[in-house]
Amino acid sequence: MITATRKPMEEILKSVEPFRKILLLGCNECVTVCHAGGRKEVALLGAALRLGRLQKGQPLEVEELTLERQCDPEYVEELARTVDQYDAVCSMACGCGVQTIAERYPALPVMPMVNTEFMGASEANGVWAERCAGCGDCVLGYTGGICPVARCSKRIFNGPCGGSTKGKCEISKDVDCAWQLIWDRLKELGQTELYSKLMEPKDWSTARDGGPRRIVREDMAL
Amino acid sequence: MKSDSNLEKVLAAGHFAVTGELGPPRGANLEAVKEKAAHLVGMVDAVNVTDNQTAVVRMASWAVSLTIKEMGLEPNYQMVCRDRNRLAMQSDILGAAALGINTMLCLSGDHPSFGDHPQAANVHDIDSIQQLAMIKRMRDEGKFLGGDDIDTPPKMFVGAAANPFGDPFELRVLRLGKKVAAGADFIQTQCIYNMERFAEYMRQAHDMGLTENTKLLAGVTPLKSAGMAKYMANRVPGMDVPKAVVDRIAGQPKEKQAEEGIKLLCEQIEQLKEMPGVAGIHLMAIEWEHRVPEIVERAGLLPRPQV
Ligand code: SF4
Ligand code: SF4
Repeated sequence: MITATRKPMEEILKSVEPFRKILLLGCNECVTVCHAGGRKEVALLGAALRLGRLQKGQPLEVEELTLERQCDPEYVEELARTVDQYDAVCSMACGCGVQTIAERYPALPVMPMVNTEFMGASEANGVWAERCAGCGDCVLGYTGGICPVARCSKRIFNGPCGGSTKGKCEISKDVDCAWQLIWDRLKELGQTELYSKLMEPKDWSTARDGGPRRIVREDMAL
Repeated sequence: MKSDSNLEKVLAAGHFAVTGELGPPRGANLEAVKEKAAHLVGMVDAVNVTDNQTAVVRMASWAVSLTIKEMGLEPNYQMVCRDRNRLAMQSDILGAAALGINTMLCLSGDHPSFGDHPQAANVHDIDSIQQLAMIKRMRDEGKFLGGDDIDTPPKMFVGAAANPFGDPFELRVLRLGKKVAAGADFIQTQCIYNMERFAEYMRQAHDMGLTENTKLLAGVTPLKSAGMAKYMANRVPGMDVPKAVVDRIAGQPKEKQAEEGIKLLCEQIEQLKEMPGVAGIHLMAIEWEHRVPEIVERAGLLPRPQV
Protein backbone atom coordinates (compact mmCIF):
# COMPACT_ATOMS: atom_id res chain seq x y z
CA MET A 1 0.00 0.00 0.00
CA ILE A 2 0.94 3.64 -0.18
CA THR A 3 2.34 4.86 3.10
CA ALA A 4 2.21 8.37 4.47
CA THR A 5 3.08 10.28 7.61
CA ARG A 6 1.46 13.45 8.88
CA LYS A 7 3.30 16.68 8.22
CA PRO A 8 4.69 18.54 11.25
CA MET A 9 2.06 20.68 12.99
CA GLU A 10 4.07 23.83 12.46
CA GLU A 11 4.11 23.36 8.69
CA ILE A 12 0.41 22.53 8.68
CA LEU A 13 -0.52 25.64 10.67
CA LYS A 14 1.54 27.79 8.34
CA SER A 15 -0.10 26.31 5.26
CA VAL A 16 -3.63 27.01 6.51
CA GLU A 17 -2.86 30.53 7.72
CA PRO A 18 -4.74 32.31 4.89
CA PHE A 19 -7.98 30.35 5.43
CA ARG A 20 -10.96 30.76 7.75
CA LYS A 21 -13.09 27.79 6.84
CA ILE A 22 -11.70 24.50 5.59
CA LEU A 23 -12.79 20.99 4.77
CA LEU A 24 -10.45 18.49 6.40
CA LEU A 25 -10.66 15.47 4.20
CA GLY A 26 -9.50 11.96 5.06
CA CYS A 27 -9.40 8.78 3.02
CA ASN A 28 -10.54 5.34 4.04
CA GLU A 29 -7.87 3.40 2.18
CA CYS A 30 -4.09 3.22 2.55
CA VAL A 31 -3.71 6.23 4.83
CA THR A 32 -6.25 4.70 7.16
CA VAL A 33 -4.31 1.45 7.33
CA CYS A 34 -1.05 3.24 8.07
CA HIS A 35 -2.75 5.53 10.59
CA ALA A 36 -1.90 8.74 8.80
CA GLY A 37 -5.14 10.09 7.34
CA GLY A 38 -8.21 8.06 8.22
CA ARG A 39 -11.27 9.10 10.21
CA LYS A 40 -9.39 8.99 13.51
CA GLU A 41 -6.50 11.12 12.27
CA VAL A 42 -8.92 13.59 10.72
CA ALA A 43 -10.60 14.03 14.11
CA LEU A 44 -7.27 14.49 15.86
CA LEU A 45 -5.90 16.96 13.37
CA GLY A 46 -9.23 18.81 13.27
CA ALA A 47 -9.09 19.34 17.02
CA ALA A 48 -5.44 20.36 16.89
CA LEU A 49 -6.09 22.85 14.11
CA ARG A 50 -9.00 24.50 15.91
CA LEU A 51 -7.00 24.75 19.08
CA GLY A 52 -3.86 25.98 17.34
CA ARG A 53 -5.74 28.74 15.60
CA LEU A 54 -7.72 29.68 18.67
CA GLN A 55 -4.47 30.21 20.53
CA LYS A 56 -3.40 32.59 17.79
CA GLY A 57 -6.69 34.46 18.11
CA GLN A 58 -7.70 33.52 14.55
CA PRO A 59 -10.37 30.83 14.93
CA LEU A 60 -10.62 28.32 12.10
CA GLU A 61 -13.80 26.56 11.10
CA VAL A 62 -12.99 22.95 10.32
CA GLU A 63 -15.46 20.53 8.83
CA GLU A 64 -14.38 16.90 8.87
CA LEU A 65 -15.11 14.25 6.29
CA THR A 66 -13.51 10.98 5.27
CA LEU A 67 -14.15 9.66 1.78
CA GLU A 68 -14.21 6.01 0.87
CA ARG A 69 -11.37 6.65 -1.57
CA GLN A 70 -9.93 10.04 -2.39
CA CYS A 71 -8.13 8.91 -5.55
CA ASP A 72 -11.38 7.85 -7.21
CA PRO A 73 -13.63 10.37 -9.03
CA GLU A 74 -16.73 8.46 -8.00
CA TYR A 75 -16.21 9.29 -4.32
CA VAL A 76 -14.72 12.72 -4.88
CA GLU A 77 -17.96 13.67 -6.65
CA GLU A 78 -19.69 13.57 -3.24
CA LEU A 79 -18.17 16.97 -2.46
CA ALA A 80 -19.66 18.73 -5.47
CA ARG A 81 -22.67 20.18 -3.66
CA THR A 82 -20.90 21.50 -0.57
CA VAL A 83 -17.47 22.39 -1.75
CA ASP A 84 -18.29 26.07 -2.38
CA GLN A 85 -18.62 26.68 1.33
CA TYR A 86 -14.93 26.25 2.00
CA ASP A 87 -11.85 28.40 1.50
CA ALA A 88 -9.74 25.29 1.00
CA VAL A 89 -9.59 21.53 1.28
CA CYS A 90 -6.96 20.14 3.60
CA SER A 91 -6.38 16.62 2.41
CA MET A 92 -5.02 13.83 4.55
CA ALA A 93 -4.90 11.43 1.61
CA CYS A 94 -1.76 10.51 -0.33
CA GLY A 95 -0.57 12.66 -3.21
CA CYS A 96 -2.92 10.84 -5.58
CA GLY A 97 -5.93 11.81 -3.46
CA VAL A 98 -4.79 15.43 -3.21
CA GLN A 99 -4.42 15.66 -6.97
CA THR A 100 -7.74 14.03 -7.70
CA ILE A 101 -9.43 16.74 -5.62
CA ALA A 102 -7.38 19.48 -7.28
CA GLU A 103 -8.30 18.25 -10.72
CA ARG A 104 -12.00 17.98 -9.99
CA TYR A 105 -12.30 21.32 -8.16
CA PRO A 106 -9.91 23.65 -9.97
CA ALA A 107 -11.04 26.79 -8.15
CA LEU A 108 -10.33 25.39 -4.71
CA PRO A 109 -6.91 25.39 -3.03
CA VAL A 110 -5.96 21.88 -1.83
CA MET A 111 -3.34 21.58 0.89
CA PRO A 112 -1.58 18.29 1.64
CA MET A 113 -1.58 17.41 5.33
CA VAL A 114 0.60 14.31 4.97
CA ASN A 115 3.84 13.43 3.28
CA THR A 116 3.34 10.52 0.93
CA GLU A 117 6.21 8.16 1.61
CA PHE A 118 6.51 4.91 -0.34
CA MET A 119 4.91 1.65 -1.32
CA GLY A 120 5.38 -0.51 1.68
CA ALA A 121 4.30 -3.53 3.58
CA SER A 122 3.54 -3.83 7.26
CA GLU A 123 6.42 -5.56 9.05
CA ALA A 124 5.00 -5.37 12.56
CA ASN A 125 2.45 -3.30 14.39
CA GLY A 126 3.35 0.29 13.62
CA VAL A 127 6.22 -0.56 11.27
CA TRP A 128 6.04 -0.17 7.51
CA ALA A 129 8.90 -0.81 5.14
CA GLU A 130 9.52 -0.01 1.50
CA ARG A 131 9.09 -3.03 -0.71
CA CYS A 132 8.48 -1.87 -4.25
CA ALA A 133 9.45 1.15 -6.32
CA GLY A 134 6.92 0.48 -9.08
CA CYS A 135 9.51 -0.06 -11.79
CA GLY A 136 6.98 -1.49 -14.22
CA ASP A 137 8.96 -4.64 -15.03
CA CYS A 138 9.13 -6.89 -12.03
CA VAL A 139 12.22 -9.03 -11.48
CA LEU A 140 11.19 -10.64 -8.19
CA GLY A 141 11.09 -14.04 -9.89
CA TYR A 142 14.87 -13.89 -10.38
CA THR A 143 15.78 -12.44 -7.02
CA GLY A 144 14.17 -14.76 -4.55
CA GLY A 145 11.15 -12.51 -4.13
CA ILE A 146 13.22 -9.63 -2.73
CA CYS A 147 13.40 -6.42 -4.70
CA PRO A 148 16.86 -5.09 -5.63
CA VAL A 149 15.35 -1.83 -6.89
CA ALA A 150 13.44 -0.84 -3.78
CA ARG A 151 15.53 -2.60 -1.15
CA CYS A 152 19.16 -2.27 -2.24
CA SER A 153 20.37 1.25 -1.42
CA LYS A 154 22.28 1.32 -4.70
CA ARG A 155 19.74 -0.50 -6.87
CA ILE A 156 22.38 -3.10 -7.70
CA PHE A 157 21.24 -5.94 -9.94
CA ASN A 158 24.32 -8.10 -9.46
CA GLY A 159 25.04 -7.48 -5.80
CA PRO A 160 26.06 -7.30 -3.07
CA CYS A 161 28.42 -4.32 -3.12
CA GLY A 162 31.57 -4.36 -1.03
CA GLY A 163 29.85 -2.53 1.81
CA SER A 164 27.58 -5.39 2.86
CA THR A 165 28.49 -6.30 6.44
CA LYS A 166 26.97 -8.99 8.63
CA GLY A 167 23.76 -8.93 6.66
CA LYS A 168 23.39 -5.17 6.91
CA CYS A 169 23.64 -2.45 4.28
CA GLU A 170 26.62 -0.10 4.28
CA ILE A 171 24.35 2.87 4.90
CA SER A 172 23.20 1.72 8.33
CA LYS A 173 23.12 -1.17 10.74
CA ASP A 174 19.34 -0.72 10.79
CA VAL A 175 18.98 -1.52 7.10
CA ASP A 176 19.10 -5.10 5.83
CA CYS A 177 21.36 -5.72 2.86
CA ALA A 178 18.91 -6.70 0.15
CA TRP A 179 21.51 -8.92 -1.49
CA GLN A 180 22.16 -10.82 1.68
CA LEU A 181 18.41 -11.46 1.84
CA ILE A 182 18.29 -12.41 -1.83
CA TRP A 183 21.20 -14.82 -1.47
CA ASP A 184 19.77 -16.44 1.67
CA ARG A 185 16.42 -16.92 -0.01
CA LEU A 186 17.93 -18.28 -3.24
CA LYS A 187 19.81 -20.83 -1.16
CA GLU A 188 16.64 -21.77 0.65
CA LEU A 189 14.88 -22.20 -2.66
CA GLY A 190 17.72 -24.17 -4.20
CA GLN A 191 17.94 -21.49 -6.90
CA THR A 192 21.50 -20.27 -6.40
CA GLU A 193 22.16 -20.69 -10.12
CA LEU A 194 19.98 -17.61 -10.62
CA TYR A 195 22.70 -15.56 -8.95
CA SER A 196 25.47 -16.65 -11.30
CA LYS A 197 23.62 -15.35 -14.34
CA LEU A 198 24.57 -11.78 -15.20
CA MET A 199 21.52 -9.59 -14.89
CA GLU A 200 21.40 -7.24 -17.86
CA PRO A 201 21.09 -3.46 -17.54
CA LYS A 202 17.52 -2.65 -16.65
CA ASP A 203 15.12 -1.02 -19.06
CA TRP A 204 14.00 1.91 -16.93
CA SER A 205 11.60 3.22 -19.57
CA THR A 206 8.88 1.19 -17.87
CA ALA A 207 9.66 3.05 -14.65
CA ARG A 208 9.24 6.77 -13.94
CA ASP A 209 12.22 7.43 -16.26
CA GLY A 210 9.96 6.80 -19.24
CA GLY A 211 7.82 9.80 -18.25
CA PRO A 212 4.53 9.82 -16.33
CA ARG A 213 2.82 6.47 -16.65
CA ARG A 214 -0.77 5.42 -17.33
CA ILE A 215 -2.54 2.13 -17.53
CA VAL A 216 -5.31 2.00 -20.12
CA ARG A 217 -7.60 -1.02 -20.06
CA GLU A 218 -9.86 -0.66 -23.02
CA ASP A 219 -11.82 -3.74 -22.01
CA MET A 220 -12.97 -1.82 -18.96
CA ALA A 221 -14.20 1.31 -20.71
CA LEU A 222 -17.90 2.00 -20.17
CA MET B 1 46.88 -6.20 -26.52
CA LYS B 2 43.44 -4.80 -25.92
CA SER B 3 44.73 -1.28 -25.25
CA ASP B 4 47.78 0.91 -24.89
CA SER B 5 47.61 0.51 -21.14
CA ASN B 6 50.93 0.36 -19.36
CA LEU B 7 49.31 -1.78 -16.69
CA GLU B 8 48.17 -4.25 -19.32
CA LYS B 9 51.70 -4.48 -20.71
CA VAL B 10 53.30 -4.94 -17.30
CA LEU B 11 50.85 -7.69 -16.39
CA ALA B 12 51.07 -9.37 -19.79
CA ALA B 13 54.87 -9.50 -19.43
CA GLY B 14 54.37 -11.37 -16.18
CA HIS B 15 55.75 -8.71 -13.85
CA PHE B 16 54.43 -8.29 -10.30
CA ALA B 17 52.43 -5.11 -10.84
CA VAL B 18 52.19 -2.14 -8.52
CA THR B 19 49.37 0.38 -8.77
CA GLY B 20 48.97 3.48 -6.67
CA GLU B 21 46.14 5.79 -5.87
CA LEU B 22 45.55 9.51 -6.02
CA GLY B 23 42.56 11.37 -4.63
CA PRO B 24 41.69 14.52 -6.63
CA PRO B 25 41.56 17.79 -4.69
CA ARG B 26 38.41 19.46 -3.42
CA GLY B 27 38.95 22.50 -5.56
CA ALA B 28 40.25 23.61 -8.93
CA ASN B 29 43.90 23.48 -7.93
CA LEU B 30 45.84 21.54 -10.54
CA GLU B 31 49.15 22.28 -8.82
CA ALA B 32 48.05 20.17 -5.88
CA VAL B 33 47.43 17.28 -8.27
CA LYS B 34 50.85 17.65 -9.85
CA GLU B 35 52.56 17.83 -6.51
CA LYS B 36 50.97 14.60 -5.30
CA ALA B 37 51.49 12.86 -8.63
CA ALA B 38 55.18 13.80 -8.79
CA HIS B 39 55.89 11.42 -5.90
CA LEU B 40 54.46 8.54 -7.91
CA VAL B 41 56.35 8.95 -11.18
CA GLY B 42 58.51 5.88 -11.75
CA MET B 43 57.16 4.22 -8.60
CA VAL B 44 53.99 2.51 -9.85
CA ASP B 45 52.65 1.03 -13.09
CA ALA B 46 49.33 2.83 -12.92
CA VAL B 47 47.60 5.26 -10.59
CA ASN B 48 43.94 4.95 -9.63
CA VAL B 49 42.29 8.34 -9.83
CA THR B 50 39.29 8.21 -7.55
CA ASP B 51 35.85 9.42 -8.59
CA ASN B 52 34.16 11.51 -5.91
CA GLN B 53 35.39 9.03 -3.34
CA THR B 54 33.32 8.55 -0.19
CA ALA B 55 30.62 10.48 -2.06
CA VAL B 56 32.43 13.78 -1.52
CA VAL B 57 32.72 16.18 -4.47
CA ARG B 58 36.21 16.42 -5.93
CA MET B 59 37.86 17.42 -9.17
CA ALA B 60 36.73 15.24 -12.08
CA SER B 61 38.54 11.95 -12.29
CA TRP B 62 39.08 12.25 -16.06
CA ALA B 63 40.65 15.73 -15.66
CA VAL B 64 43.10 14.51 -13.05
CA SER B 65 43.74 11.38 -15.12
CA LEU B 66 44.67 13.50 -18.11
CA THR B 67 46.93 15.71 -16.01
CA ILE B 68 48.92 12.82 -14.59
CA LYS B 69 49.04 11.15 -17.99
CA GLU B 70 50.86 14.21 -19.24
CA MET B 71 53.34 13.77 -16.39
CA GLY B 72 54.17 10.28 -17.61
CA LEU B 73 51.95 8.29 -15.27
CA GLU B 74 49.39 5.72 -16.40
CA PRO B 75 46.03 6.80 -14.96
CA ASN B 76 43.51 4.20 -13.93
CA TYR B 77 40.38 6.27 -14.44
CA GLN B 78 37.79 5.32 -11.84
CA MET B 79 34.10 5.71 -12.60
CA VAL B 80 31.31 5.12 -10.11
CA CYS B 81 27.73 4.19 -10.98
CA ARG B 82 26.32 6.50 -8.34
CA ASP B 83 26.68 9.77 -10.25
CA ARG B 84 26.10 8.98 -13.91
CA ASN B 85 23.57 7.24 -16.08
CA ARG B 86 24.59 5.12 -19.04
CA LEU B 87 24.59 8.07 -21.43
CA ALA B 88 26.93 10.15 -19.30
CA MET B 89 29.17 7.14 -18.68
CA GLN B 90 29.58 6.26 -22.33
CA SER B 91 30.22 9.83 -23.35
CA ASP B 92 32.86 10.21 -20.61
CA ILE B 93 34.45 6.93 -21.67
CA LEU B 94 34.72 8.12 -25.27
CA GLY B 95 36.19 11.42 -24.13
CA ALA B 96 38.70 9.71 -21.89
CA ALA B 97 39.75 7.27 -24.60
CA ALA B 98 40.15 10.13 -27.08
CA LEU B 99 42.47 11.89 -24.63
CA GLY B 100 44.69 8.81 -24.33
CA ILE B 101 43.34 7.35 -21.12
CA ASN B 102 43.71 3.58 -21.47
CA THR B 103 42.78 2.04 -18.15
CA MET B 104 39.49 2.19 -16.29
CA LEU B 105 38.03 0.84 -13.09
CA CYS B 106 34.31 0.20 -12.62
CA LEU B 107 32.76 0.79 -9.21
CA SER B 108 29.36 1.10 -7.56
CA GLY B 109 30.56 4.03 -5.45
CA ASP B 110 29.93 4.74 -1.80
CA HIS B 111 26.38 5.70 -0.95
CA PRO B 112 25.74 9.49 -0.90
CA SER B 113 24.67 9.29 2.73
CA PHE B 114 28.38 9.11 3.62
CA GLY B 115 29.39 12.20 1.71
CA ASP B 116 29.02 15.95 1.58
CA HIS B 117 25.75 15.87 -0.38
CA PRO B 118 23.54 13.38 1.41
CA GLN B 119 20.59 15.18 -0.22
CA ALA B 120 21.74 14.20 -3.72
CA ALA B 121 19.72 12.07 -6.10
CA ASN B 122 21.77 8.98 -6.75
CA VAL B 123 21.63 7.54 -10.21
CA HIS B 124 22.47 3.82 -10.16
CA ASP B 125 21.16 3.36 -13.68
CA ILE B 126 23.43 0.34 -14.18
CA ASP B 127 25.53 -1.50 -11.64
CA SER B 128 29.30 -1.91 -11.68
CA ILE B 129 29.17 -5.35 -13.32
CA GLN B 130 26.89 -4.07 -16.06
CA GLN B 131 29.21 -1.07 -16.45
CA LEU B 132 32.17 -3.40 -16.86
CA ALA B 133 30.36 -5.47 -19.48
CA MET B 134 29.33 -2.25 -21.23
CA ILE B 135 32.92 -1.00 -21.56
CA LYS B 136 34.11 -4.40 -22.76
CA ARG B 137 31.37 -4.41 -25.36
CA MET B 138 32.21 -0.88 -26.47
CA ARG B 139 35.82 -1.95 -26.90
CA ASP B 140 35.45 -5.45 -28.37
CA GLU B 141 32.28 -5.14 -30.38
CA GLY B 142 32.33 -1.42 -31.07
CA LYS B 143 28.75 -1.10 -29.84
CA PHE B 144 27.05 1.34 -27.53
CA LEU B 145 24.89 -0.19 -24.84
CA GLY B 146 21.87 0.92 -26.87
CA GLY B 147 23.08 -1.18 -29.80
CA ASP B 148 24.41 1.44 -32.23
CA ASP B 149 27.88 1.14 -33.72
CA ILE B 150 30.74 3.25 -32.38
CA ASP B 151 32.89 4.53 -35.20
CA THR B 152 36.11 4.56 -33.16
CA PRO B 153 35.74 2.22 -30.19
CA PRO B 154 37.50 3.17 -26.96
CA LYS B 155 40.47 0.89 -26.29
CA MET B 156 40.31 0.42 -22.55
CA PHE B 157 41.96 -2.04 -20.23
CA VAL B 158 39.09 -2.42 -17.84
CA GLY B 159 39.00 -3.56 -14.27
CA ALA B 160 36.78 -3.93 -11.27
CA ALA B 161 37.10 -3.88 -7.53
CA ALA B 162 36.49 -6.79 -5.20
CA ASN B 163 36.07 -6.90 -1.48
CA PRO B 164 37.14 -10.28 -0.11
CA PHE B 165 35.85 -9.25 3.31
CA GLY B 166 32.31 -8.15 2.63
CA ASP B 167 29.50 -10.46 3.55
CA PRO B 168 28.26 -13.02 2.83
CA PHE B 169 31.72 -14.58 2.51
CA GLU B 170 30.54 -17.44 0.28
CA LEU B 171 29.22 -14.91 -2.22
CA ARG B 172 32.48 -13.02 -2.42
CA VAL B 173 34.25 -15.44 -4.71
CA LEU B 174 31.06 -16.01 -6.71
CA ARG B 175 30.72 -12.29 -7.21
CA LEU B 176 34.34 -12.11 -8.28
CA GLY B 177 33.44 -14.83 -10.75
CA LYS B 178 30.64 -12.67 -12.08
CA LYS B 179 33.03 -9.78 -12.61
CA VAL B 180 35.45 -12.04 -14.42
CA ALA B 181 32.61 -13.39 -16.55
CA ALA B 182 31.52 -9.82 -17.32
CA GLY B 183 34.99 -9.18 -18.73
CA ALA B 184 37.22 -7.78 -16.01
CA ASP B 185 40.79 -7.64 -17.33
CA PHE B 186 42.03 -6.97 -13.84
CA ILE B 187 40.72 -6.83 -10.31
CA GLN B 188 41.90 -4.63 -7.47
CA THR B 189 40.84 -5.66 -4.01
CA GLN B 190 39.83 -3.71 -0.95
CA CYS B 191 42.62 -3.23 1.63
CA ILE B 192 43.72 -6.50 3.13
CA TYR B 193 44.67 -6.80 6.77
CA ASN B 194 43.28 -10.25 7.51
CA MET B 195 45.85 -12.28 5.59
CA GLU B 196 44.41 -15.66 6.54
CA ARG B 197 40.98 -14.88 5.28
CA PHE B 198 42.43 -13.40 2.12
CA ALA B 199 44.54 -16.49 1.50
CA GLU B 200 41.39 -18.58 1.78
CA TYR B 201 39.63 -16.29 -0.69
CA MET B 202 42.54 -16.53 -3.10
CA ARG B 203 42.64 -20.28 -2.79
CA GLN B 204 38.98 -20.49 -3.77
CA ALA B 205 39.37 -17.96 -6.58
CA HIS B 206 42.44 -19.76 -7.88
CA ASP B 207 40.75 -23.17 -7.71
CA MET B 208 37.80 -21.84 -9.68
CA GLY B 209 40.20 -20.68 -12.38
CA LEU B 210 39.29 -17.04 -11.86
CA THR B 211 42.88 -15.85 -11.89
CA GLU B 212 43.62 -17.38 -15.27
CA ASN B 213 42.23 -14.66 -17.49
CA THR B 214 41.97 -11.88 -14.97
CA LYS B 215 44.88 -10.37 -13.09
CA LEU B 216 44.27 -9.87 -9.43
CA LEU B 217 46.01 -7.07 -7.56
CA ALA B 218 45.82 -7.28 -3.79
CA GLY B 219 44.91 -4.01 -2.08
CA VAL B 220 47.15 -2.75 0.72
CA THR B 221 47.06 0.42 2.79
CA PRO B 222 49.72 1.47 5.29
CA LEU B 223 48.36 2.14 8.75
CA LYS B 224 49.69 5.52 9.79
CA SER B 225 48.61 5.43 13.40
CA ALA B 226 46.67 3.48 16.00
CA GLY B 227 43.80 5.91 15.47
CA MET B 228 43.64 5.05 11.78
CA ALA B 229 43.83 1.32 12.54
CA LYS B 230 40.92 1.61 14.94
CA TYR B 231 38.93 3.71 12.50
CA MET B 232 39.46 1.16 9.72
CA ALA B 233 38.55 -1.65 12.08
CA ASN B 234 35.35 -0.11 13.41
CA ARG B 235 34.06 2.48 11.01
CA VAL B 236 34.66 1.44 7.42
CA PRO B 237 31.92 -0.87 6.12
CA GLY B 238 33.17 -4.16 4.72
CA MET B 239 36.67 -3.79 6.23
CA ASP B 240 38.28 -6.57 8.27
CA VAL B 241 41.15 -5.47 10.51
CA PRO B 242 42.09 -8.19 13.00
CA LYS B 243 42.63 -7.15 16.59
CA ALA B 244 46.24 -8.36 16.45
CA VAL B 245 46.95 -5.79 13.72
CA VAL B 246 45.38 -2.93 15.66
CA ASP B 247 47.22 -4.01 18.81
CA ARG B 248 50.53 -4.19 17.00
CA ILE B 249 50.29 -0.57 15.83
CA ALA B 250 48.77 0.63 19.10
CA GLY B 251 51.54 -1.14 21.02
CA GLN B 252 54.09 1.35 19.70
CA PRO B 253 54.65 4.84 21.07
CA LYS B 254 52.90 7.48 18.98
CA GLU B 255 55.97 8.64 17.07
CA LYS B 256 56.84 5.08 16.04
CA GLN B 257 53.39 3.98 14.88
CA ALA B 258 53.81 5.09 11.26
CA GLU B 259 57.13 3.23 11.02
CA GLU B 260 55.47 0.10 12.43
CA GLY B 261 52.68 0.51 9.87
CA ILE B 262 55.18 0.54 7.02
CA LYS B 263 57.02 -2.44 8.47
CA LEU B 264 53.76 -4.39 8.68
CA LEU B 265 52.92 -3.39 5.13
CA CYS B 266 56.26 -4.65 3.79
CA GLU B 267 55.71 -7.97 5.53
CA GLN B 268 52.26 -8.21 3.99
CA ILE B 269 53.64 -7.47 0.53
CA GLU B 270 56.19 -10.28 0.96
CA GLN B 271 53.36 -12.67 1.82
CA LEU B 272 51.31 -11.49 -1.14
CA LYS B 273 54.17 -11.99 -3.56
CA GLU B 274 54.17 -15.66 -2.59
CA MET B 275 50.42 -16.18 -2.88
CA PRO B 276 49.28 -18.11 -5.99
CA GLY B 277 47.10 -16.00 -8.25
CA VAL B 278 48.20 -12.62 -6.90
CA ALA B 279 49.52 -10.67 -9.88
CA GLY B 280 50.50 -7.54 -8.02
CA ILE B 281 49.51 -5.08 -5.36
CA HIS B 282 47.32 -2.04 -5.32
CA LEU B 283 48.89 0.39 -2.87
CA MET B 284 46.37 2.83 -1.46
CA ALA B 285 48.53 5.25 0.51
CA ILE B 286 45.68 7.55 1.40
CA GLU B 287 47.03 11.13 1.55
CA TRP B 288 50.49 9.66 1.93
CA GLU B 289 51.67 9.87 -1.67
CA HIS B 290 54.99 11.35 -0.51
CA ARG B 291 55.80 8.16 1.39
CA VAL B 292 55.16 5.90 -1.63
CA PRO B 293 58.75 5.99 -2.95
CA GLU B 294 60.07 4.88 0.43
CA ILE B 295 57.43 2.14 0.72
CA VAL B 296 57.97 0.61 -2.71
CA GLU B 297 61.73 0.82 -2.25
CA ARG B 298 61.62 -0.96 1.09
CA ALA B 299 59.17 -3.55 -0.27
CA GLY B 300 61.69 -4.41 -2.98
CA LEU B 301 59.41 -3.33 -5.79
CA LEU B 302 61.82 -0.99 -7.58
CA PRO B 303 62.70 -0.34 -10.31
CA ARG B 304 59.38 -0.61 -12.10
CA PRO B 305 59.60 -2.53 -15.38
CA GLN B 306 59.86 -0.61 -18.64
CA VAL B 307 57.57 -2.33 -21.14
S1 SF4 C 1 11.23 -5.21 -9.40
FE1 SF4 C 1 10.07 -3.38 -9.80
S2 SF4 C 1 7.90 -3.97 -9.73
FE2 SF4 C 1 9.09 -5.65 -8.78
S3 SF4 C 1 9.07 -5.18 -6.60
FE3 SF4 C 1 10.92 -4.24 -7.43
S4 SF4 C 1 10.33 -2.15 -7.99
FE4 SF4 C 1 8.45 -3.33 -7.64
S1 SF4 D 1 25.13 -3.19 1.27
FE1 SF4 D 1 23.62 -4.47 0.21
S2 SF4 D 1 21.72 -3.25 0.21
FE2 SF4 D 1 23.39 -1.88 0.73
S3 SF4 D 1 23.98 -0.99 -1.20
FE3 SF4 D 1 25.34 -2.74 -0.88
S4 SF4 D 1 24.31 -4.44 -1.90
FE4 SF4 D 1 22.79 -2.82 -1.70
